[in-house]
Amino acid sequence: MANSENIIELKHISRTFEDGFAAVSDFNLEVKRGEFVTFLGPSGCGKTTTLRMIAGFDMPTEGDILLDGKDISKLPPNERPINTVFQRYALFPHMNIYDNIAFGLKQKKTPKEEIRKKVKKVLELVDLEGFEKRSVSTLSGGQQQRVAIARALVNEPEILLLDEPLGALDLKMRKEMQIELKAMHDELGITFIYVTHDQEEALTMSDKIVVMSEGRIQQIGTPEDIYNEPQNAFVADFIGESNIFNGIMTGALEARFAGGHFKCVDDVAEGTQITAVVRPEDIEIVKPGEGQIRGRVISVIFKGIHYEITVQSGRYEVVIQSTKSAKVGDEVGMKVEPDGIHIMIAEDHTNIFPVDMNRSHRLEFNGKELWTSLTQIIKGSRRNENGELLDENGEVIDPEKIHISAAIEPQDIQMTDDIDDEKVLVEGTISNLIYKGDHYSYVLNTDLGQDFIVDDEYLWNMGDRVGLILPADKMRFSVKK
Amino acid sequence: MTKKLIRGLIPVIALIFLYAPILILAVYSFTDATQIGAIRGFTLKNYVTLFTTEELRNMILGTILLALASALLATLFGTLGAIGAFYSRKRVSSAVSTVNQIPVINADVVTGFSLCILLVVVLGISKDTYLPLLFGHVTLSAPFVYLSVMPKLKQMDSSLYEAALDLGATPASALFRVVIPQIFSGMVSGFSLAVTLSLDDYFIATYTKPATFDTISTYVVNATKGSQTAIKTALWALSTLIFVIVILIVLGLNLRARRADRSDLRKEAGR
Repeated sequence: MANSENIIELKHISRTFEDGFAAVSDFNLEVKRGEFVTFLGPSGCGKTTTLRMIAGFDMPTEGDILLDGKDISKLPPNERPINTVFQRYALFPHMNIYDNIAFGLKQKKTPKEEIRKKVKKVLELVDLEGFEKRSVSTLSGGQQQRVAIARALVNEPEILLLDEPLGALDLKMRKEMQIELKAMHDELGITFIYVTHDQEEALTMSDKIVVMSEGRIQQIGTPEDIYNEPQNAFVADFIGESNIFNGIMTGALEARFAGGHFKCVDDVAEGTQITAVVRPEDIEIVKPGEGQIRGRVISVIFKGIHYEITVQSGRYEVVIQSTKSAKVGDEVGMKVEPDGIHIMIAEDHTNIFPVDMNRSHRLEFNGKELWTSLTQIIKGSRRNENGELLDENGEVIDPEKIHISAAIEPQDIQMTDDIDDEKVLVEGTISNLIYKGDHYSYVLNTDLGQDFIVDDEYLWNMGDRVGLILPADKMRFSVKK
Repeated sequence: MTKKLIRGLIPVIALIFLYAPILILAVYSFTDATQIGAIRGFTLKNYVTLFTTEELRNMILGTILLALASALLATLFGTLGAIGAFYSRKRVSSAVSTVNQIPVINADVVTGFSLCILLVVVLGISKDTYLPLLFGHVTLSAPFVYLSVMPKLKQMDSSLYEAALDLGATPASALFRVVIPQIFSGMVSGFSLAVTLSLDDYFIATYTKPATFDTISTYVVNATKGSQTAIKTALWALSTLIFVIVILIVLGLNLRARRADRSDLRKEAGR
């Protein structure tokens, strides 16, 4: 028996397109009745695809969608008690406002008198009384958005899906609609699932935020959780401004990063590799020599309610938000209170990928030979006079039957824009980057479907096409039989 | 001065070249002249012949029926094809678009002749069933319907269909209540184009029509070769009538378009 508190459950949902692109991978989520849940992530992270699967416009390639405990993943959209507010409203231009809103009720063969009452009521709800006879083209964007919401709500759906509904509105209108939508949610008690790439919108409106990147859930939590306790560097970087540093625990509640020693409140074992997140507003500028680290101010930008001050401290760049200004070129000290530091256990970014043995018994990757000694990798093996590789029993090894994987650290991979360089092993496109204080951490998608994480001190752009140089002497190999 | 004169004259000369032939025909259709030359007197005799000669009446009626029936079928197939291609994957869609262009560009002679071979010689369908003629005209005009419906589909917000499904409509109901109204103007212009193409066609009709049946085009070509002067001069009246009807239709369409523009403007102003 499913948990009756949950109105919808997504279990191990994956969606892979015909070209092999995985838009959503192993997505698991439970939504409680009446909750306001937001899918948040950059464009292309799979949030809209997930919403479309809940609506029924797209079918998951794997996994179940349970509505009130029943699997609906094969049900067509017109048989789901779920309605959608589309990004560009999708109002029917050949119908007036009344007919647009009444469309869903007419499909259900609701009596005319009841339709009239319900349309009137829902128009009051969205503050558009008396708009029944108006045509769609005479309405402003904000009014069209309200009609779209009314058209969905009039069907009294169990779940209302909203696909970036405020994206086309100007800033002022967007802020107003955020408050109104939240008020409507509280008044109606309908479950809202909202999709946006705007972190502020998500933090303002939601009970629960699902942060997504590259088709995977990065973190699920309340807005406070997501902001104060990000689970990984992606979430920390995506939500609000952050300084992110790699470091190590040097003692109980003590960490070293960004060239300084800091006391912290997260209890992580000594010697653990960590990623530390410090919000710019949690750093205080003090006299040089005080605080944990020091540096030289390299830029000051006035942002209205605060100054954004960038300080160069050794190899690291630190961004600070302060109501007090500083002068470019000043030597300053920086102080962070223990509760201003969020410690995350560093993710293991080692790139592990399969390599092949070719017919001439040499290792290759992406069709290019790796200059390495196979006899050292495969224990007890040796080459015979024909150059063939023999195993410990003296039998020729079948390249098809042996599986070798290689591991390489992100900092050992080099990127080059000279893709034709003969040292380039594989080409990739930069799909993500995070600044880590003294270097950038990049995610590269290759045509092989293998993603590589590369650390580089220079700034490349999202979408850049680069060649990857993976020195064979930096790879560690392991053999599976 | 002379420059100005020439600039004014050129459009006049162009218009004369365009309209003088049909005007001469129109004037002569009201006379008792048997050939273009001296006019002896004015009479409506040609119009009377046109509507009283059974052969002529049947020919006109048959042509119109053929035009309407083939246009209806072409609109159906062309629209279905466009909707199908629009909602297909990109590769399928662009393949269909390319295949659709070939009959548009291909010479009518080739289309007519090859249709005749396929339907009459290979499949053995008798020309007397009118089916080869009907198929021929549908083949001729369906690609043009496709071409006039496709841009309307592309203009349409692609989430409209999904919105209808989302609100509980079945796929068929979403098609008829949401998609068709969006592309209806494209279907109407496709239909009118199909009617015109069928009326205009000579080559496909000669290859596929039953021996005893004639469309206006095939009839006119044969009649002008013959020596039956009464019929020949009646065709002047027919040409004049067709010209007048076309002018009326064009005027009507322009008036309607202007009125639609104005009501759009009013809507804009009402914002």
